[in-house]
Amino acid sequence: MKQRKLIVASALFAAGALALTACGGGSDDAGGDTGSSSTAAVTIYNTKPQNALIPSNTNEVGGGNILDNVFRGLVTYNPDTAAPENAMAESIESTDNLVWTVKLKSGQTFQDNTPVTAESFVKAWNWGAYGPNAALNNYFFAPIKGYEDLNPADPDEDGPKKAPVPTTKELTGLKVDSDTQFTVTLSTPQSFFPVEVGYTAFYPLPEAFYADTAAFGKKPIGNGPFQITSGDGDSGFTLEKWAGYKGADQPKIAKATFKTYTSDAAGYADLIAGNLDFMEQVPPSALVGDQYQKDLPGRTLNKPVGIIQTATLPMYVKGYDDPNLGKALSLAIDRATITKSVFNNGRTPATGWVSPIVEGYKPGACGEFCTYDPAKAKEFLAKSTFKGPFSYSYNADGPGNKESAEAICNSIKNALGVACQANPYVDFSTLRKDEVAKKMKSVYRTGWQMDYASIQNFLEPLYATGSSSNDGGYSSPEFDALIKKANGEKGEASLATYQQAEAVLSQQMAIIPLWYQSQQSGWSERLSNVKVTPRSTLDLVGLTVK
Amino acid sequence: MARYVARRVLQMLPVMIGTTLLIFVMVWALPGDPFAGRCGQRPCSDAFVAAETARLHLDQSLPVQYGYFLWNMLHGDFGTVANGDTVLHQMIRAFPITLKLTTVAIAFEVVLGIGVGILAALRRGRAFDRATLLSSLVVISLPVFVIGFLVQYIFGVRLGFFRVTVASGAPWRDLIMPGFVLASLSLAFVLRLTRASLLETLNADHVRTAIAKGLPRGMVVRRHVVRNSLIPVITYIGADIGTLLGGAIVTEGIFNIQGIGGLIFSAVKLRENATVVSVTTVVVLIVLVVNLLIDLFYAVLDPRIRYE
Repeated sequence: MKQRKLIVASALFAAGALALTACGGGSDDAGGDTGSSSTAAVTIYNTKPQNALIPSNTNEVGGGNILDNVFRGLVTYNPDTAAPENAMAESIESTDNLVWTVKLKSGQTFQDNTPVTAESFVKAWNWGAYGPNAALNNYFFAPIKGYEDLNPADPDEDGPKKAPVPTTKELTGLKVDSDTQFTVTLSTPQSFFPVEVGYTAFYPLPEAFYADTAAFGKKPIGNGPFQITSGDGDSGFTLEKWAGYKGADQPKIAKATFKTYTSDAAGYADLIAGNLDFMEQVPPSALVGDQYQKDLPGRTLNKPVGIIQTATLPMYVKGYDDPNLGKALSLAIDRATITKSVFNNGRTPATGWVSPIVEGYKPGACGEFCTYDPAKAKEFLAKSTFKGPFSYSYNADGPGNKESAEAICNSIKNALGVACQANPYVDFSTLRKDEVAKKMKSVYRTGWQMDYASIQNFLEPLYATGSSSNDGGYSSPEFDALIKKANGEKGEASLATYQQAEAVLSQQMAIIPLWYQSQQSGWSERLSNVKVTPRSTLDLVGLTVK
Repeated sequence: MARYVARRVLQMLPVMIGTTLLIFVMVWALPGDPFAGRCGQRPCSDAFVAAETARLHLDQSLPVQYGYFLWNMLHGDFGTVANGDTVLHQMIRAFPITLKLTTVAIAFEVVLGIGVGILAALRRGRAFDRATLLSSLVVISLPVFVIGFLVQYIFGVRLGFFRVTVASGAPWRDLIMPGFVLASLSLAFVLRLTRASLLETLNADHVRTAIAKGLPRGMVVRRHVVRNSLIPVITYIGADIGTLLGGAIVTEGIFNIQGIGGLIFSAVKLRENATVVSVTTVVVLIVLVVNLLIDLFYAVLDPRIRYE
């Protein structure tokens, strides 16, 4: 009796399990699509946008991925060379790099059939620059004349008094000349202005934005080749080709879905199972032993991106402003071994302060100081006033940060024979807080991701005296003068002067270049003509589906 | 019984207020500037900092901030998140998904854990019993993410029995694999606990009397043994529900489930205090209600238990 009951029970259980697997295996879902027709959507890995989908309020990749395909700014960037190419703009010209005349192509429209005019740009830029709108990309409009009036400073920093409300809502440096022309007057000359204006912050906005900003932030109406047809930040957005797009860069695919993932491990599992089509960065676990190349044969790339990692010396701590110290530490870091063992060659040792993919890059600005030479390092340390011990602060929430920090400290210990301690901060915002408050005690990890592909972007915002991201306190009148000069020049002359400014940084070595970052992307068998933009995202215009 | 229930419900109130206050203070005390990481490598503009400080009342003292929070919560306003969404909307979207996942996990625990535990106890010392003990030991020793990745890779990627990740909206059939992974550790414990409890009851006097009286073995087990053995097991499962709700974060990450685990994790990172406190409050409430139901269930299991 018992035996029979047991057999019956097991049989039922087995039958139930089989039924469940049948349910699970043959499913198809709303988000991704494994259909074989070429009209099926391309599924792309994305993270949840941190802010509303408003161009002047989006500064991270989750929102940027959507907006960069739904909008077109004045220029786009060539995926191969990173050079700016006219999109909405007909021409952007200036005689003195101070006053720029922007002419627009006529007949362009937004996806709600309202026209793209000079007003669309000027009004959008004024909105972004207006302090109380609290746009995250507000500082991009700082070079335009009149910015200070829209962003009065807090009279007593952290004190109880608040910043006063601005008296005006419009930048004096922006003037609409006609429907297809407007003039931009900067407060200082900028040679890189035509490169900068392609960034997300400068996209035009339709009148619908001002009518209902909150709704716009959930489903933006752009002027680019794709429009959002459904979705939200948590599950992902579906984009479809917009028939009314008149630009030259027409996409060849009909539909793209940016699926939101909470972890890159889940995304990678979907990628190798064939449920996901493209991942712009495979997780670090897939890089070990080049596993990702084995999992996705012939469907990966390893390409440098506009990101550099550096180690910064706090100039406000006694002894650290001695150039001999910076040189000693730089010579003591074995970049080649660390990039190979910690990052599996996902990074390339840096020879300067500028990423290799930008216009104006010249290798070797750091010279001998970015090589590994323990003997020379000891010489410089002997000449330095401060001889250690050192600590290297980093944020522990980034992949590979802990391992690379410990490797750097070990390298310094071995080369110089002084104590070095890796000092973890619990996360990025905690580290930033101490950096901004100038409370760092020793060397700390810094990095820079470019806003636009210009050598200027790797130099001025970081190393000019008092600039917004110069937390270490480095100051060099020679560097500042060269930057100012380069901003006023044009073309090759301007690039040459920027390179001279970069060379000045090697005199003090206040910021030690470590390595350039590369991206390791992978894709499914359905895609061909896969290219990544200089912003590390998938280029949807040239992409084709098999 | 009614008075007992009323008393328990009233006791929930101070527990909830105490917990929310505790969480609020802890999140508030986290180091780091809430704005430092928000604007990438640049300091946030003064206007942004001023606007956010006003929105979140960050310039007020802690009791005042907590007061604002409670007042808003009573009006149903749990706060807004940076991307314009409301915390309430986020919770309405995420909670059902995690609850579904937890339900699947509990179902596995109850059906497989108790079922196999009973069978193992009845076949004590034989091959089946040894096999279940060994496999449950293996499961207890492996961390949940190892089990998760293994199951996902073998059954999802390689064999294709299940979807690799969960589709948005979390349909039930997609949650089978993640639910099993989430339940695996607790399942092993429930199995062993049921087995041990059953073995103890099998030696009790009243069972020997029933067998001596001539009742069929099956009826003895069903009527007299199982119900008496279940009290420690039910206690464990009740306590486990809170752990499952909170600890699903790893499993949710592996299978891309948009539940409250990931919600809390990203909220802590971005210092979204309102989200963290609101979600934790609801979790505390759920745990309290479940524990009350478990306590009431004892009276069903054991008629000798009476509540005044």
